[in-house]
Order: sequence, then C-alpha cells, then structure tokens
Amino acid sequence: MLVFDKLVVDYRTDSAGQTTMRALDGLSLELATGEAVSIIGPSGCGKSTLLRLAAGLMQPSSGTVSLDGAELKSPRSDTALILQDYGLLPWKSVFANAELGLKIAHVVAPERKARTLEALKKVGLAGFEKRYPAELSGGMQQRLALARALAMDVNLLLMDEPLSALDALMREELQDTLLDLWKSSKHSQILVTHSIEEAVFLGQRIVVMSPRPGRVLGIVDNPEMGARTYRSDDVFFERCKKVRSLLDAGVAQATEQEKGATHE
Amino acid sequence: MNNAIKQVLCYVFGIVFVLAAWEFGSLALNTPAFPTPQETVPVFCRYAEALVPDFCISLHRVGFSLVVGTALGLPLGLFLGRSRKVDALFAPVLYILYPLPKIVILPILLVLFGLGGTPKIVLITLTIFFQVVMVMRDAAKAIPEPMIESVRSLGASKLDVWRHVILPATLPELFTTLRVSTAIAIAVLFFSESIAGSTGVGYFIMNSWAMVNYPRMFAGIIALAILGVLIYLFFDLCERRLTRWRRAGQRW
Repeated sequence: MLVFDKLVVDYRTDSAGQTTMRALDGLSLELATGEAVSIIGPSGCGKSTLLRLAAGLMQPSSGTVSLDGAELKSPRSDTALILQDYGLLPWKSVFANAELGLKIAHVVAPERKARTLEALKKVGLAGFEKRYPAELSGGMQQRLALARALAMDVNLLLMDEPLSALDALMREELQDTLLDLWKSSKHSQILVTHSIEEAVFLGQRIVVMSPRPGRVLGIVDNPEMGARTYRSDDVFFERCKKVRSLLDAGVAQATEQEKGATHE
Repeated sequence: MNNAIKQVLCYVFGIVFVLAAWEFGSLALNTPAFPTPQETVPVFCRYAEALVPDFCISLHRVGFSLVVGTALGLPLGLFLGRSRKVDALFAPVLYILYPLPKIVILPILLVLFGLGGTPKIVLITLTIFFQVVMVMRDAAKAIPEPMIESVRSLGASKLDVWRHVILPATLPELFTTLRVSTAIAIAVLFFSESIAGSTGVGYFIMNSWAMVNYPRMFAGIIALAILGVLIYLFFDLCERRLTRWRRAGQRW
C-alpha cells in the first residue's frame, strides 16, 4: 500500500530561497496494492511533483510518503517512472533501453536477456531489438518505455502523461495495451493525465486535483472499468461527466479566490 | 556507391580543390615567397624523408597533449557541469584563465623545462585542457533533467547515471571540441617549435624561411597539413564507432 500523508512541497523560485512556490498543499491519498488510480487536474497542479515523490526522486517539505509501512527515502528498483519525453536513452538500442533497469539492478546476463526479450514481445516490439529509439514512432517509443518497466517486473508503475504526444488512434491502442498489462501483471499504477476519457478508462479511482497549490478536490470511484468495451458504456460517459464537473468547479473556485485576493 | 570509395573520392576532390586554389593564388601574387604547387610538390617529395623525424616529433607532441589534455579536462568539465556548488566556486577561475592565450606562459615553461619537447607538450596540453573543460561543462549542463530522473527512478546509483547518461550524452560534444582544439593545438605547436628548440615541423618551416628556401618551407607546411588530416581521420573513425546512434533515424 502506498500512502501519501499531508504532503506539502514548496519549490524555491529564486536562488536565495527567499520566495517559494507551493506545489502541493497538504495532500493525502492512499493507493491499495494492485490498484490503478488516475490523477487529473489543471496544468501546474502538482501532479508531476506527486509522481516524483512516489518515485523517491525528491522529498516533501513536510508530510511523508510511505510504501507498505516504510517511509520512502530514495528510488527503488521495483518502481518505474514513465515520462512523456526523455524516458529513453537515444544512444542505446531498443534492447539496451529495455534492459537498463535490470542491468542497474545487477540481474545476471542470461536472465536479463530472457526477461527483456519477453517484455519486448509483450508490448509488440519483438524484432526491433537492434533499432534505436529515433527509428521508432512515438507510440513504439512509449511501448519501449513500458517494456523496460515490464522487464523489471515492477510492483508500482508511475506514468506522467505518457500518451499525450500521440495521435488519437495510437493513443487508444496504447490505452488498451496499458489496460491489458495492468490486468495481467497486477502492479499498482498511478497515471497522470490531461485527458478525462483516459483517466476514466484506466483508473479504478479518478483523483481530481485543484489548481495550484495542489489539493485533492474529489475522488470518483470507477469500479466498472477493466474492459476494452468500457469506452462505449453509458457508465463511462456518466463518469466522464462527473470528473468534468469536479474539474470545472475547482477551476471556478480558484478563479473566485484569485479575484477575492486582488480585491483585498 | 561504396562508402570507402566515396570517402576517397571526397579527399581527392579536397586535394584538387586546395591545389587549384594554391596555383591560382600563386600565379596571381607572382612572388617567390609563394611558389606554385608544381615547384613545391617535387620539393616536398625530395624532403619527405628528411621531414619524417620532425614530423614524428610534432605528431607525438600534439597526440600526447591531446590525450593528456582530454584525460584531465573531460572529467573536470563534466563534473563542473553537473555540480552547481563546485561550478559556482570555480567558474570565475575558468573565466579568468580560459580567454588568456596560454602561449604567454611559454617563457616561463622554457625556463622551467628547457628547450626540449616538455615545454611544448605542457603548453599544448594546457590549451586543449581549457578548451575541453569549457565545452564539456556546458555539454553536461545541457542534459535534460527528466532524462536523468527517469534513469534515477530505476534505482540507479550516481555511477550508473554517469555511465548510462552523462558520458554517452556528451560524447558528440567531445568530438566537436577535439576537432576545434586540434586546430588550435597545431597553431600552438607551430608557434612553440618556431620560437625555441631545433626539432619539429614548426622549426623546419621557420628554418627554411630563414634560409629563404620557400619551396622547402612549403614542404613543411604540407607536412603540417598532413598532420592535421591524420588526427581528424582518427577522430572520425572513433566518432563513427562510438556515436553510431546519432545517424539512426536519418534517411540520408
């Protein structure tokens, strides 16, 4: 179980540390083992900060992140973070990119090779081992990033808008892949996205965040997800509407507050 | 067409181009100080054997300096680029010393090390060292942070990040700076060899000039050009092997 407890994150906005910008403001959230959660919110609401905290890449200004009862202090090899860009190393072949996590974890060569090939097969990249990322389409590049996580057999998969650079058709295809992989490998998953449909399609719960500083505005339960056909289900549209109204309310509230602040 | 043949043809074109420009310039200026290729090339062939020891000495000086300058400058430059605190401390030192032409300390080096090869090697090494430090520092700074974070998120140690990200990411810049540095290094070589000592191609050229033997002087200049080409060919070979990925995805 992954627990975010009253997280506050302040970023310094000048080198002297005099002025700070609050990215997260007392955010609390729990993620059950094996659960898939989507996080949605306006730009700059601290979604990416939350993922970096979950990956152990940074520490909160106050509050704690704990995983199965132990506080998270540094990155761990059972977590993978997939970003929109820069997740792949352009100087490594497809195989070497997929293998990287296992190499860093010092997995012995024969096992490494077998697991990497297996993962590449799962995401449909078998036969591309010797290519370089620059030779792949955007969709294939994200499949490769996914293969790296799969090869490591991670139990926590963090994704920061992984599909937002793709065209609509490629996007749905990869959403299907993500769904299948989550169902078969049973890892916990946090997906940060700008797309309401994507959030509802891939999240058992959808966490809606407020504009900066980030807080949880509301959580939409979405237990019906899990089938590819869900996209054309009436419940799906219901959920999308609900998420949208929460988002709109949050933005309206923030605008109101800003107005109030300028009047004072 | 075969790549090797293509490259040879390109060099043939390069040689013909330079010879034609030379011929034209020589005929236009019409002075004994600038003999035509027809006069010079036979002289070069005649002196080729005599030039070999000087050529080897000069090649050794530049080559050795390139190796040492890079070996010292590369890690320091990358380290400065990746460590904000150390960089803040040492950037002013670099800014004071880098623009200073290192040639100005040649007299000190001559006093310290005599007239042999050592002061020249130290001088060229210093020149290359600063060049490599400055460029590699910027190259290391330019690595996108998310690229490092995505590798760190896999549980990578500092050493892993250097091995898998920082070194390969900055390798193309290393070759660029080495090419630029080589031209400067040869200039410094020529200068230091012509000022002090009695060995090397630089001395050969200045000595010919003193004897007013212009064709012999141009034979030395040709040798200096060959020296540069040899080093560039070596860099190209290394670069092609080490940065194959940069040509991936290019359709030409």
